[in-house]
Amino acid sequence: MKLTAYIAIMAIVTYIIRALPITVFRKEIKSKWLKAFLYYIPYAVLGAMTFPIIFFSTGSVLSASVGLAAAVTVAFFDAGLTVTAITAVLVSFIFGFFI
Amino acid sequence: MTKTKQFINGAKLSIPIALGYIPVSFSFGMLAVAAGIPPWAAIIISMTNLTSAGQFAGINIIAASGGMWEMGITTLVINLRYMLMSLALSQKIEKMTLAKRLITAFGITDEIFAVASTSSSKITFSFMAGLISLPYIGWAGGTVLGAYVNKLLPQKLADAMGITLYAMFIAIIVPAARKNKSVLFVLITAVAISSVIYFAFPFISSGWSVIIAAVAASAVGAAFFKEDAE
Repeated sequence: MKLTAYIAIMAIVTYIIRALPITVFRKEIKSKWLKAFLYYIPYAVLGAMTFPIIFFSTGSVLSASVGLAAAVTVAFFDAGLTVTAITAVLVSFIFGFFI
Repeated sequence: MTKTKQFINGAKLSIPIALGYIPVSFSFGMLAVAAGIPPWAAIIISMTNLTSAGQFAGINIIAASGGMWEMGITTLVINLRYMLMSLALSQKIEKMTLAKRLITAFGITDEIFAVASTSSSKITFSFMAGLISLPYIGWAGGTVLGAYVNKLLPQKLADAMGITLYAMFIAIIVPAARKNKSVLFVLITAVAISSVIYFAFPFISSGWSVIIAAVAASAVGAAFFKEDAE
């Protein structure tokens, strides 16, 4: 029951966010601060969701750190989502055999 | 252009998005089941949410038996960006009935928005329907696979796959930070706040931590660098 409530909240909140502007407010946002705030939010969310928890994502801080370093390196050169993810998994998987 | 052609046009553009969604939703299905969520629930979440970061944050809150307000506000903050995208799309579509707008709204994701807003095609309902269909199938299908394959993988590989989602986030934030100094500033601020909360205030749960860190870092960033955000 509680699980259903969680799922309903997730789905409803996500949908309202998407549906309101396209149906109701069709005006352009004027505030520069608000525009900038909305521009930064996704990056800030992803940063806060990734750190520091990524270090505890593989069951070993060492293998996670090595995977993270590999991910940052390939991402720096615009490797894209899939390549970055596969690189990180492979590197921490292989490193897992040495610890 | 006929409606069928518009649909096919959208569907063609969506193929890379659909393929890209499979590994992400696969890792979502895996992590959800590993967090103790039944496979059917993981699949329903993907079919009703169609969003990456929001869903991953959601399963963390479910696993930690977080509060309903925490769930609602976390979902709101993480998905706030869709508001901007929905707003931008609303300026590009010429005429569309309310019902069609309501359906289109469901399919607004980072990638679908990026293609729709940069495509030279007119944003019609048929085009959007074509653009959304395959990624939706990829997202739901990947979740089904991940949710059921989870138990078949060797433990060492399953452990290593725990880093998948975070590596994908790295793939988004690192290039953005390299290209834009103000994004780098916002990121460092958000990471610093979230790390301080994690180690010094362990009683603050992960959902609230993301909310506090992201809102504070973006508010400060927006105050300092209004012009750099295009």
